[in-house]
Amino acid sequence: MISQAILARLDGRGRIFLGVILAALVAVPVLNMLVPVGSPFHVPTWLVSLMGKYLCFAILALALDLVWGYCGILSLGHGAFFALGGYAIGMYLMRQIGPRGVYGNPILPDFMVFLNYKELPWFWYGFDFFPFAALMVFLAPGILAFVFGWFAFRSRVTGVYLSIITQALTYALMLAFFRNDMGFGGNNGLTDFKDILGFSVQAPGTRLALFVATLLALAASYLFARAVVTSKAGKVLVAVRDAESRTRFLGFRVERYKLFVFVASAMMAGLAGALYVPQVGIINPSEFQPGNSIEVVIWVAVGGRGTLVGAAIGAILVNLAKTTFTTGALAPYWLFALGALFVLTTLLMPKGVIGTYAAWREKRREKLALAANAAATPAE
Amino acid sequence: MHLDWKTPVQLWFRAGFQALLFALFLGILAGSPAKAGPLEDAVPLFAADSFADTAKALDLVAASGAAHAGPMLEALVDRRLFVSADKKLFFKDKAGLAFDGLSGEKLAAEPAGGAMVRINNRLRGAIDTAVGRLTLQAPDPVKRRAAAEAVYKTRAPESEEALTAALKVEKVAAIKDIQQMALAAIVATAPGKADIDRLSAIEILRDRGDRDALTPLNSIPESASADVKAAAKAAAVDINQRLALWSGVQNAWYGISLGSVLLLAAIGLAITFGVMGIINMAHGEMVMIGAYTTFLIQEVIRQKYPALFDYSLAIAIPLSFLVAGLVGIAIERLVIRHLYGRPLETLLATWGISLILQQAVRTLFGPTNREVGAPAYMSGSFKVGLIDITYGRVWIVGFALVVFFAVLALLRFTPLGLQMRAVTQNRRMAASMGIRTARVDALTFGLGSGIAGLAGVALSQIDNVSPNLGQSYIIDSFMVVVFGGVGNLWGTLVAALSLGIANKFLEPFAGAVLGKIALLVFIILFIQKRPRGLFALKGRAIEQ
Repeated sequence: MISQAILARLDGRGRIFLGVILAALVAVPVLNMLVPVGSPFHVPTWLVSLMGKYLCFAILALALDLVWGYCGILSLGHGAFFALGGYAIGMYLMRQIGPRGVYGNPILPDFMVFLNYKELPWFWYGFDFFPFAALMVFLAPGILAFVFGWFAFRSRVTGVYLSIITQALTYALMLAFFRNDMGFGGNNGLTDFKDILGFSVQAPGTRLALFVATLLALAASYLFARAVVTSKAGKVLVAVRDAESRTRFLGFRVERYKLFVFVASAMMAGLAGALYVPQVGIINPSEFQPGNSIEVVIWVAVGGRGTLVGAAIGAILVNLAKTTFTTGALAPYWLFALGALFVLTTLLMPKGVIGTYAAWREKRREKLALAANAAATPAE
Repeated sequence: MHLDWKTPVQLWFRAGFQALLFALFLGILAGSPAKAGPLEDAVPLFAADSFADTAKALDLVAASGAAHAGPMLEALVDRRLFVSADKKLFFKDKAGLAFDGLSGEKLAAEPAGGAMVRINNRLRGAIDTAVGRLTLQAPDPVKRRAAAEAVYKTRAPESEEALTAALKVEKVAAIKDIQQMALAAIVATAPGKADIDRLSAIEILRDRGDRDALTPLNSIPESASADVKAAAKAAAVDINQRLALWSGVQNAWYGISLGSVLLLAAIGLAITFGVMGIINMAHGEMVMIGAYTTFLIQEVIRQKYPALFDYSLAIAIPLSFLVAGLVGIAIERLVIRHLYGRPLETLLATWGISLILQQAVRTLFGPTNREVGAPAYMSGSFKVGLIDITYGRVWIVGFALVVFFAVLALLRFTPLGLQMRAVTQNRRMAASMGIRTARVDALTFGLGSGIAGLAGVALSQIDNVSPNLGQSYIIDSFMVVVFGGVGNLWGTLVAALSLGIANKFLEPFAGAVLGKIALLVFIILFIQKRPRGLFALKGRAIEQ
């Protein structure tokens, strides 16, 4: 029943996407755990973590595509929601270190001992308890997005103005988190994690489990986003994107739809950040850099705005390119390549990989149909 | 001289002559006591190697009025004054060259067996006073000024006499001022002064006092009468109030100075974003290009035409404008032209361009900071009331205003400005009237970029010239333009100055970072209230 309801919401692309996720869900653990290390089919643990990282970016891209592709809100501050989710889980991981830190303080994390904190700041209470931290992964970015969006959408800040103030938002947060007095570790951020839910974050088994969790989260995020855009509300969102004033004149409360999708998207971004931090082992204020948030936009643009699947693919493709570029002799040229990607995608491929492919297939189908017609006509 | 030495008389005469010569020779060696002056009297006192005698000796030296008395006393403090084995006084300069203690002339070689004249802390104080007295009337005004300031700080009562003497002959008003303050400080604090003198001294300190005047006012001796103490307290309160006022003035000036930097960075953006509606994320890189152009020009001048160094900025101004403007026109022709009507895509494309430009500069010039020097007329500072104002800042504020009004005039009075306004107000109508809109677009964008290049010239004087230069200004510039109201240059001026001043007034309370965060949050909230900025253009269009 449920699976049928899900399948009904999916288009061909979505089915393939979920199929690939399902295949990875089976294949990667098998290739990592069961295939012996020497075999060419063995997937080493570092690769699992790297793929896990890409998948987190894919979730973040999905979140941005939901607001940008379907509602026309170009947020240049989604990195902030991602980082907030990361900090929430990072605080949990810090509390799990317990007395194993360098200073051996059972309550205070190392950086607080170092900065002469006498007791735990109030906003760290509860983060030793995983369900609370998990809740905060969604609540922290969600509340920020709600407050910000409530003000912004109600007073009809739209278009580039919204983009600029979202950028100012993440910039302000970056400055704030860089301060040592904020109680979030200053410019060193949070790191040296030991355990998550009692398992060592370094252990291959935990890394595989985190990868699997990320895959499942990606699938869930995709299904959620798909459910939103295929619902009636999703139709209104697209209407807002294409003609906001007209939608308002038709009687829809535009700001409510926008606020809903903005908060939902921020929470997805927070989830992505929360899965990212245990896999890379650090979270610091540079995640708030405005440049990071703009990079997310290019992932979505490369994959194809307003396609969901495209956003995820774009995130993986661009990051794959980034890893390849920045680890080799080509490292100095990565920024040239990234910059060119921005320019060329917007100029030549405004619909992204997915959109361009779909347009090409459409054209070919038409051509084939024309050819078939042409072949059929003389016979008559 | 060939005398015929044969007769006894002649022989006697010869012996006498030789004795005379010998005596003369001895006399020269002994330092001709016949011409004894204070310096000569000081030599045996120095040689005695007792602190009491040394004190007397240094008084003699100070009173001698010899031109080298100052350097010699300094040498005494630095333990560079010696008495040689044959009781001759000499001192060495910092480079180790020996000078004669009596004549002050340079000696060919260091005399043998020099014993250092030793000093203790009490002597050190006495020497400082003596040096102060000596230099109070030095021919060099810089030295006189420094001496007067030193007396003002130490308030040594023994300087009073010398100070009064110096005050009588002083011609330079500024130095006379300091001397009067120093005298007042001494009279106010020295023991055994009459109340009436103390009161008038306190009045002088109060009337012209700065932070340094607080110390003498707070160290009135216990023996002074209650009236004097009350007057000193009241004067201190007065001075503190004045200081608070001046620190406000200083903050305002710093704010104006920061605001003019923001203004320079934002004027170009006000044209590309405000007038054309293009989100140019590469705007900061145009500023960076301007700064690097300045750097290159200075390098060429340094190596080829060092005489022109003072004109380097004057040369850099037109060239930076041209270079940044041409880069801007190229960007408009190649990229932005294809994206009109799609502001969000423009944002992404120009961000990509900014990454490319940054990396290109990093590849060409390296990632480290480059140094751009300041011409002579831009270094140094002057005093207004109690604050120091550097010439560099004054030039930048002036430059920002000149650029601002030049742009305003260009838009208002030139044919190009007319066409720009026509195209932005109604593109199709303008095209129908025969305006080549594509050309106007390119020129407008080039103008905005060129002005960013001008900002780069100014920023090269106060900021690090590095590939990240533009990045640090882009968000601030957007904030200024959005806050001021898009499409309104006056709004940009008001916004830049008010943000700059607000920033500097917040800094003492909240610290630099928190102040900046507070301003960002304020602007974010402000835009909710007035989404089109301070001075929004009135119109009835529902969507831009």
